[in-house]
Amino acid sequence: MEGNGVGFVTATAPPTHFRKLQAQIHLFTAIAAAGFRRYATYRQATVAAAFTNTIFGFLKAFVLLAVVGGAAGALGTAAGYSGPQLATFVWVGQGLLGVVGYWGWTDLADRIRTGEVVSDLLRPVHPVASYLATDLGRAGFGVFTRFVPPVLVGALAFDLYRPVHWSTYPLFALSVLIAVLLSFGCRYLVNATAFWLLDARGMILAWAIASTVLTGLVFPIRFLPDPVAIALWLGTPFPSMFQTPLDVLLERDPPLLRLGTLAVQLAWAAGVLGLCRVVQRRAEHRLVIQGG
Amino acid sequence: MVSTLAVYRRLVGAQARSQASYRVSFTLDLLGNIVWLGADLLGITVFFRITPSLGGFGFADVLVMLGLSASAFALADLAVGNIEKLRVYVRTGLLDSVLIKPLGVLPQLLALDFGLRRLGRAGYALVILVAALWYADIAWTPEKAALVVVTPLAGAAFFSAIFVAGATVAFWWIESGELANALTYGGRDFTSYPITVYSGWFRRLFAYALGFAFVAYYPALAVLDEPDPLGLPAATAWAGPVVAALAAAVAAALWRFGVRRYRSTGS
Repeated sequence: MEGNGVGFVTATAPPTHFRKLQAQIHLFTAIAAAGFRRYATYRQATVAAAFTNTIFGFLKAFVLLAVVGGAAGALGTAAGYSGPQLATFVWVGQGLLGVVGYWGWTDLADRIRTGEVVSDLLRPVHPVASYLATDLGRAGFGVFTRFVPPVLVGALAFDLYRPVHWSTYPLFALSVLIAVLLSFGCRYLVNATAFWLLDARGMILAWAIASTVLTGLVFPIRFLPDPVAIALWLGTPFPSMFQTPLDVLLERDPPLLRLGTLAVQLAWAAGVLGLCRVVQRRAEHRLVIQGG
Repeated sequence: MVSTLAVYRRLVGAQARSQASYRVSFTLDLLGNIVWLGADLLGITVFFRITPSLGGFGFADVLVMLGLSASAFALADLAVGNIEKLRVYVRTGLLDSVLIKPLGVLPQLLALDFGLRRLGRAGYALVILVAALWYADIAWTPEKAALVVVTPLAGAAFFSAIFVAGATVAFWWIESGELANALTYGGRDFTSYPITVYSGWFRRLFAYALGFAFVAYYPALAVLDEPDPLGLPAATAWAGPVVAALAAAVAAALWRFGVRRYRSTGS
């Protein structure tokens, strides 16, 4: 990451607002590209992760298809999903794991514990923006390496659902992007508790559990009683990180409700990212008091 | 022999004391492990909210399978689960320091990082097994009672073999990451459900070629007095120990081959 585009912001001529913004955007994309390249170097680990996600895809797909098979309502559906829809839920979901990224990100917590986080504050870019750019680079790399393989295998081995409306594809892409932003914001907050706790392991464990059970990874949130599902959707950020993009892709709900879930997702992402800035500011004050 | 055992006892004892001394961290780990298992139970409960049967079996039947599978896995995880860290030892070269000591490599690694915190998971899994057996309202016979005791132990031996065999991948492929999880945690998930849920080559591979069908599914059928929809005889219930012995032999061979092949990574 070192040196990428950093010289750009320290130009001596007094920049105009436009030039400043341009420089910021250039810096952001440079950091994102560095994030992409960073994850591109973990080749063996990427192959291993895609393989493991694929095996779990088979396991989950068979179990959910058995749920539809057993439920076999009048329309052959379970909680409003057909067999192909649930198979798609599993396989696209396995692909999303490597794009949205729920677990294993402890960069910030580690840097707080070791004190290295101080050097983040010296950089000419807001720490939240800098980590977000890296994460978007990671997600972009994940689209090619972690999303495509399981979805291809799933499409070969199972009967998958094909969206009826072309507009579903861009909406799905948008929803995945918001899910990445939201997931990043949550992970940032969880990591940032280390500013106060120093050891964030307990929080990271709690996050791992919640982000597995409450997002729709273990079972679609729609399998829960309606009031519980709605409470989770509105009251927690978890379904917005996983269930929403998938329900959009599967055209599970009428158009208006689909846009509604997107709006909820957007509101959570904006709120959580805003909270990240507040927490970061407070943490910086605290760091100064501690003397680093 | 006796003095070697004493050395291992000391190693494990030291590990247990050091882990228990970080009280907050230890309690959190213990609680976290219990909640994880609760997630599996919650998943099955939610599925049965939607459907009355899964792969032709009812809630109580699947609970017995989950109980057997979870107990076997948790006992194996307690005994050898930390072998997962082998890839870290290989990458950092820590394995070198283990190789130069006058003790077995595998037992040393296991004692080095004995996971006392996994006790919570093992205890909880056994509670689920007992509750499931009680809930399933079983007509007990001496044979069934013996089967219920033998099965988690054989399953634990089987999963231990899978853990060790999976970890040896690190000797060939250093950045193998979570590759072994496909068989360890994947195997646990596979055995938590009746194998009638799966089909085609995937079922043949996991259930019979790799042997996961004999961990929980066939013993559960015998305990529940259910015939196998796939047509294997009732005596298959007792295949667990044989399959576990075979798996252990394969894992031991892989391990020996891997250690002999190991060249330090250097830095």
